[in-house]
Amino acid sequence: MPQVDTVFVGGGTPTQLPSADLVRMLGAARERFGVAPGAEVTTEANPDSVTPESLAELREGGFTRISFGMQSAVPHVLATLDRTHDPARVPEAVRWAREAGFEQLSLDLIYGTPGESMDDWRRSVESALALDPDHVSAYALIVEQGTAFARKVARGEVVMPDDDKTADKYLLADELLESAGLGWYELSNWARDEAAQCRHNLLYWRGGQWWGIGPGAHSYLHASAGVPGRGRLVGHRWWNVKHPAAYAQRLAAGESPRQDGETIDADTAHLERVMLQTRLRDGLPLAELHPAGRAVVPALVDRGLVVTDDERLTLSLQGRLLADAVVRDLVD
Amino acid sequence: MTVPQPGATPPSLLRNFCIIAHIDHGKSTLADRMLQHTGVVDARAMRAQYLDRMDIERERGITIKSQAVRLPFTKSTGDDAGTTYVLNLIDTPGHVDFTYEVSRSLEACEGAVLLVDAAQGIEAQTLANLYLAIDADLHVIPVLNKIDLPGAQPEKYAAEIAHILGGDPDDVLRVSAKTGEGVESLLNAIVDEVPAPVGDADAPPRALIFDSVYDTYRGVVTYVRVVDGKLTHRDRIKMMSTGAVHEMLEVGVISPEPVKAGEIGVGEVGYLITGVKEVRQSRVGDTVTSNVHGATEPLGGYRHPNPMVYSGLYPIDGDDYPTLRDALEKLQLNDAALSYEPESSGALGFGFRIGFLGLLHLEIVRERLEREFNLDLISTAPNVVYRVVMEDGSEVTVTNPSEYPTGKIATVHEPVTKATVLSPAEYIGAIMELCQSRRGQLQGMDYLSEDRVEIRYTLPMGEIMFDFFDALKSRTKGYASLDYEPTGEQEADLVKVDILLQGEVVDAFSAIVHRDSAYAYGVALAGRLKELIPRQQFEVPIQAAIGARVIARENIRALRKDVLAKCYGGDISRKRKLLEKQKEGKKRMKMVGRVEVPQEAFIAALSTGDTGSSS
Repeated sequence: MPQVDTVFVGGGTPTQLPSADLVRMLGAARERFGVAPGAEVTTEANPDSVTPESLAELREGGFTRISFGMQSAVPHVLATLDRTHDPARVPEAVRWAREAGFEQLSLDLIYGTPGESMDDWRRSVESALALDPDHVSAYALIVEQGTAFARKVARGEVVMPDDDKTADKYLLADELLESAGLGWYELSNWARDEAAQCRHNLLYWRGGQWWGIGPGAHSYLHASAGVPGRGRLVGHRWWNVKHPAAYAQRLAAGESPRQDGETIDADTAHLERVMLQTRLRDGLPLAELHPAGRAVVPALVDRGLVVTDDERLTLSLQGRLLADAVVRDLVD
Repeated sequence: MTVPQPGATPPSLLRNFCIIAHIDHGKSTLADRMLQHTGVVDARAMRAQYLDRMDIERERGITIKSQAVRLPFTKSTGDDAGTTYVLNLIDTPGHVDFTYEVSRSLEACEGAVLLVDAAQGIEAQTLANLYLAIDADLHVIPVLNKIDLPGAQPEKYAAEIAHILGGDPDDVLRVSAKTGEGVESLLNAIVDEVPAPVGDADAPPRALIFDSVYDTYRGVVTYVRVVDGKLTHRDRIKMMSTGAVHEMLEVGVISPEPVKAGEIGVGEVGYLITGVKEVRQSRVGDTVTSNVHGATEPLGGYRHPNPMVYSGLYPIDGDDYPTLRDALEKLQLNDAALSYEPESSGALGFGFRIGFLGLLHLEIVRERLEREFNLDLISTAPNVVYRVVMEDGSEVTVTNPSEYPTGKIATVHEPVTKATVLSPAEYIGAIMELCQSRRGQLQGMDYLSEDRVEIRYTLPMGEIMFDFFDALKSRTKGYASLDYEPTGEQEADLVKVDILLQGEVVDAFSAIVHRDSAYAYGVALAGRLKELIPRQQFEVPIQAAIGARVIARENIRALRKDVLAKCYGGDISRKRKLLEKQKEGKKRMKMVGRVEVPQEAFIAALSTGDTGSSS
């Protein structure tokens, strides 16, 4: 089994746990798979769940990269998002992380929160840039079904902003980040340089394989052999039961936490590659496209949504905002 | 007591009659009761509304195809009490679209029962059919039905009927088809009042076709009324309009199931089976005679059924086109009035242009196609037949807006109708306002009773096709009834309004409308499309235009954002499944140039409603 090149602890607030626990988990990965020298080891963190000591412990335990869930610099926006941290805490946490010696530091921002003005958003991006991060992720708020927030929207207690306004915020973010020297390398991700790009996420987008550990985690492994009659099998994807209690119960009973999964055949893998690689600044190799998809490329170029060179297709700024539509056209 | 047999029933014992009634006024229930009373169906075998065969008929409570049933009835009153007569009940279609079929059914009778709901009074279509019956010299027996209903007002409506027929309110019979009350008196009255048929038994046979029905097992079953001579099962018969000769396979009467007979004679009503497979080969109104020593003069009144309104029918799923074609072929076996030809639309793909007798006919055909053949269809706005005269004197017949000529037009002629509305008097104002807005011209108004009026208008047929009936019903709380009959044509200032999406004409939305309503039509439809068509990756102007002149304009703003911001390892499967679903959805989109228009937008925009010139 090859050694792992990246480890990413996230999807919640890992730093709720004592640093020692996170370090132990990394140790388990090291034991089970082996972690390659120079690996990227990231944890997500909430600005108010870290201390200089906890950060130092993580760094010493082998974590190389930290991603803070800053979300916004504006108190009323944070309140709408149910984020409890004091915005003033972010610069402190960033300073401590730097002092602890993390190689890469990223800040997560969210735009398009109900009630957020254009100025609020500008303030958030500028506040983030003032901290000189290596990497910024900026996501438009997605209201997941079944959440308390979705119920608030359904009841009309909060009104989701107009998509056009949200598009303007993306453009503003891109302008501010680029002029601060952070270049986009994926739709919602900007990095100081290639070294600052998140290698772990790039692995997802480039069709790499990974093990996912924990409730609801997805895993993806390349298939070693084909399955007769189903076309070439490219990979297996599966995911664990979502609820932490159910997950714990399975493990305690010595059962697999796997909830369900799917096999990825060549056609599905193609679809996923177009879907994911189109989102990257590196773009999509034109050779990846089927003839029908290739045929729509000139029209997409005319409409100013993509640019191409001899080998690759890349989204334009306008095209990034319409990436899903572009992908639909390409996979026709 | 012996029952007179087919082929051996003297005309003096025959009574041929029909029932004229509005939908829901109880015609089928009365027919059922007569079947039961005369003993041809026992109560156990009784299916409600026995004579209405098709499911749609039973569900809608209307009779589309007429039938004829032979009822032996033993007189219970008068000098001839105890004599067994043969009553032929000829069922007539009740709707305005089938006026010609009604007139042929009436032609086969000597008498008519005018059946009116005692709680509702006479309706416009009933009145129209009554006039047809009077024109055909039928003896009319007025009857009020549903006298058992709490809301019945027999005095009031008896007076109304007496006023129309010019008789005495006391002569109006009262029955309850539901309970059977008064049905026997009615049967006695039919024998007493309806004249016996008259014909020459020794002349070459002549029989009127008043209905023709396709049966899966038997082929076409033709219903006839013998006028002269007799038809026997050994005959070879000739259709006088075409000269076509057919082998006679079977002659019989319906009572109420088919009963074979050796022959049927003067005044009798029965069926013929000849092995033909399409009702078009056995047309309503035609005269049947024998091939050898046949008659030379047909009975009068045959008319070829001409479509009055055209509409395009398109399968929502293009793959269903062959199914639609086969389905139309099958329906045509049983519907001589149905005509169709293939048509293609830039927006809707391949379909058929179909001619109908009227809107109900259209609805019935569409419903049968959807129900019996499991098709999902889009129909384009109904179009009447326009005659366009060009400046160079040439003429163009337009049954579809796409046929509207582009050159220099001298005049445009549209079909007009004589429309009759019966309504409670309180809605006179609302009805006149509606008719006026549809370019109607008042021809007259009469009070049928203190609070009911008959209003007569000349109305362009195209205006009636445009949701007139719905508008009438909604303005009169459903109380008004409408009848119309084509009376000719008139010159009118008509224009074709096109709808353009991003500069491309969407043929399915073009309409021929009066110049005065063109603007309202354009604004309404453009506004509606703006709501129905999702934002695209580019701005989409929607224009309504007469020729090159734009009369209304809307804009669908370009979609600026269509991207899911986050996509990490745990999102990939879900996002891919969404993409696959969207791909499927895209297949159901119709492309108009570069614009993706959802099917639903076509369906919603074409389902008439408020786009009309009524606005």
